[in-house]
Amino acid sequence: MNVTRGFTGRPRVVNPGLPPGQYDAGDDWPVLSAEVTPRIAPADWSFRVDGLVERPLTWRWDEARALPGSAYAGDIHCVTGWSKFGVRFGGVSLDTFFEAVRPRATATHAVAYSHTGYTANLPLADLTGGRAWIAWEFDGEPLAPEHGGPARLLVPHLYFWKSTKWIAGITLLDHDEPGFWEQNGYHERGNPWEEQRYSGD
Amino acid sequence: MTTTFTPPSRFAVPGRIAVNGQVAAAWQTATLTEIRRETPRAATFRLAVPRWAGHLPGQHLMLRLTAPDGYVAQRHYSIASAPDDSGHIELTLDHVPDGEVSSWFHTLARPGDTVELRGPLSGFFAWPGDRPALLLGAGSGVVPLMSMVRHHRARGLEMPLRMLVSARGPEDLIYARELGAETTAVFTRSAPRGVPVGRLAAAHLAPLLSERPGGGWEAYVCGSNGFAEHASRLLVEAGQPVERIRIERFG
Repeated sequence: MNVTRGFTGRPRVVNPGLPPGQYDAGDDWPVLSAEVTPRIAPADWSFRVDGLVERPLTWRWDEARALPGSAYAGDIHCVTGWSKFGVRFGGVSLDTFFEAVRPRATATHAVAYSHTGYTANLPLADLTGGRAWIAWEFDGEPLAPEHGGPARLLVPHLYFWKSTKWIAGITLLDHDEPGFWEQNGYHERGNPWEEQRYSGD
Repeated sequence: MTTTFTPPSRFAVPGRIAVNGQVAAAWQTATLTEIRRETPRAATFRLAVPRWAGHLPGQHLMLRLTAPDGYVAQRHYSIASAPDDSGHIELTLDHVPDGEVSSWFHTLARPGDTVELRGPLSGFFAWPGDRPALLLGAGSGVVPLMSMVRHHRARGLEMPLRMLVSARGPEDLIYARELGAETTAVFTRSAPRGVPVGRLAAAHLAPLLSERPGGGWEAYVCGSNGFAEHASRLLVEAGQPVERIRIERFG
């Protein structure tokens, strides 16, 4: 352990929900995205699931909103170090979309992409089993554009760069293809509990 | 069947450089060698990093402080120095009132202290000097941009480079003594006599965008999210292509 002379850190309580190397952002919700924030009207938003599926499908805003709702209440963690506790998102479970398109047995990975062209890769197993959502509400309000509104992917058990803002679609593949940040030095999977921040972690 | 994914739209520009995962993953010990005050709120911390593998202007690193009980605090900081400063890097930090890491640097740190860091990280905001660069920064957002300016000067690059920096007033303008003809300063609260006070506006951008260097500008925007939103929208409205705007937001 390389102790820093004089450093004590801020007063702290042990929070078992805080992954290693993270701090509690409190009420803050920092905005981190590398591109210009797009202004996408709900009427212009769509979400497509294709690739290794039996039946590729595209949902328009009203069609997606008509699906059975599913909420997430819990924590989120950003690779830059902040975690946010007790957030509530509303949307639809990705399982609902996958049931409609029926992934093929050969599908192992996914690329999520945004209406801006941003991409993030994920193992398919991280998107199924009630662990991922298409979300359009935060704390009961419409999701703000700078946080990915009108709709974003939500994969709260991984670092938040995987939770693609302005989600436009998910393509299922039989192999892994690095996404935007993964090509820029970030970890392939991004599990906060294992501190998978950067390539090589 | 193997499918290959191709992004459907414009922002999927490739990163600027590939980051060496082995280098980025390794923590190393750095020794503080010098502290220079820049403004009442900001100071530059010079660090000797013997095993530093080099960086490109615009990249950042992760810095870690450890308390006696094992508690660690880690934060990302942009690198201020040019790549050629052999064996040393410089960071310029605002003193954030409740910031546990910046407070340590501003109130306790002294030459000879050691900290840990890893990097350089993220190739997206990097500028190797290969394209005309239009730099827009506010507050400490000028830090990675200054690395680009210093690189440009140190190498004597012919590539066009212009910088617009926004500060509350002259006393808050980081690197004021170093800024040259490539830089236009915008003051939002107070300004020297004869200089207008006001927010970054389309009128500041117009003369720069009308220069139209060969290949067009690559725009780099850095600062708070509020500044990044404002500046990037001004760029888009002035005709800068969205896929040629790179944004680093200090969350």
